[in-house]
Amino acid sequence: MAEAQIEYPRVVNIQRIDPKFKHEIIRMPGAEGINLCFQCGTCTADCVISRFSGFYKPRRIARMVQLGLKDRLLSNDDIWLCTTCFTCVDHCPQGVEVSSIVRALRNMAVRENRVMPSVIKAFASNILKSGYVYLMPSSRLKRREAEGLPQLPRSRVEDLLELFKATGFMDVLESAESIDRIELKAGDRRG
Amino acid sequence: MADLEYLFFLGCLIPYRLVSYEVSARRVLERLDVRLIEMPEFNCCGFPFAPANYELTLCLAARNLCQAEQKELSILTLCNGCFATLNETNKLLEEDGKLRERINGYLSRIGMEFKGGTTVKHLVHMLTEDVGLERLKEHVSIPLTGLRVAQHTGCHIVRPAKVVGHGDNPEDPKMLKDLIRVTGAECVDYMDEAECCGGPIIGVNEDVPFDLTREKLERVKAAGAQALITVCPSCHMMYDFNQPRIERAFNQKLGIPVLHYTQLLGLAMGIPAEELKLNQLRVKPTDLLSQLKR
Ligand code: SF4
Ligand code: SF4
Repeated sequence: MAEAQIEYPRVVNIQRIDPKFKHEIIRMPGAEGINLCFQCGTCTADCVISRFSGFYKPRRIARMVQLGLKDRLLSNDDIWLCTTCFTCVDHCPQGVEVSSIVRALRNMAVRENRVMPSVIKAFASNILKSGYVYLMPSSRLKRREAEGLPQLPRSRVEDLLELFKATGFMDVLESAESIDRIELKAGDRRG
Repeated sequence: MADLEYLFFLGCLIPYRLVSYEVSARRVLERLDVRLIEMPEFNCCGFPFAPANYELTLCLAARNLCQAEQKELSILTLCNGCFATLNETNKLLEEDGKLRERINGYLSRIGMEFKGGTTVKHLVHMLTEDVGLERLKEHVSIPLTGLRVAQHTGCHIVRPAKVVGHGDNPEDPKMLKDLIRVTGAECVDYMDEAECCGGPIIGVNEDVPFDLTREKLERVKAAGAQALITVCPSCHMMYDFNQPRIERAFNQKLGIPVLHYTQLLGLAMGIPAEELKLNQLRVKPTDLLSQLKR
């Protein structure tokens, strides 16, 4: 009998694996459970985003973290598609919080100065001016007064700047490459 | 009658885009004898920064929580995102001593310290648990009988269940339905009620949220609802503000008015539509209002 042909369609290049990666992720709040994922696929089945993205499948993200595929994860814009609906958190039989793990991935991509959505950069610039992530036009503030609504509380923006610096966010704010818009890849979107 | 008093956390999106929610909330809460204390000082809850730097989010949320601790008041929010961020931070920092130490290290630079001990409630929790359905019912003077609406509770006041608390069922949320029924309106069921609006990613991708929103509005319409009721400014933006754009993108007429719950309740309390800012909705609830007048 001829020997069966064995195919390995998904080869992981061992040189592209970062063995420290999952241990770094595990230390971030909410990501502690990553080792407990047993690949049941409940999260992917129930994830609103996995219907739209060929890459973004929570089960697959969990496995890629376990394997240490850091670059492939952090360089894919689709990790920014999670809506944080927390369905995966509620449904996982192992108590793994994929959305928190994805938050950890995004935080790491930002901290390593790779990418950041430009909308977050805009929010950052606004909050440092006013305490609010939107700049309220003066016409709107006048209308509040005219309608008898209380004045909007003010903010000590110098304190906010201090927190931006302390958490290391200030260092990456300008330099991380901006993501303006994530294009869905052809064939990703369900018909 | 219990005297209810909260530190009122308005957030950013409501004063920026949805004053109709604030005005209608203030009007109905005044009638219910709920006292709102304004924040002495404010910054964004921190929600928008969680994807980029979660520690910064914890700091920004904690800064608001510290003010509630000092005032010895619970925080009340109208926004699901503000609720989720403030509530999660509060619980996380109370339970995780190491993390609290770390965040307090940052806060000490601005002379603040998170101690814990406050509670955070969303409008839906507050009306259900503190005011109570019975007392609400007493304030309903013009029951909205004959009106059929659907609800969208949204994600962040029910999930993750173990962090949110308050006991609503994330798969089949009941609290908002009960609050709607108190007004005399009928609350219809539809498919996948608990599904997300997609709002949180609108800044990086419109296709997915638009698709999710269209899907939901179609289902709401198919169930025979005359309006969709929301309790979050971000969800409301998706369903109301963006509805004409979605209609254009998909070349499809939807025409579903989207009301803040406080507007629905206000109508049932006999507060005039103008005072509840129903005219500020993008999808005009003209048919609905003329039906109520009859
Ligand atoms: S539901 Fe939990 S255990 Fe199952 S694949 Fe997803 S993360 Fe892993
Ligand atoms: S939280 Fe993110 S990963 Fe989890 S189900 Fe929702 S969209 Fe998917």
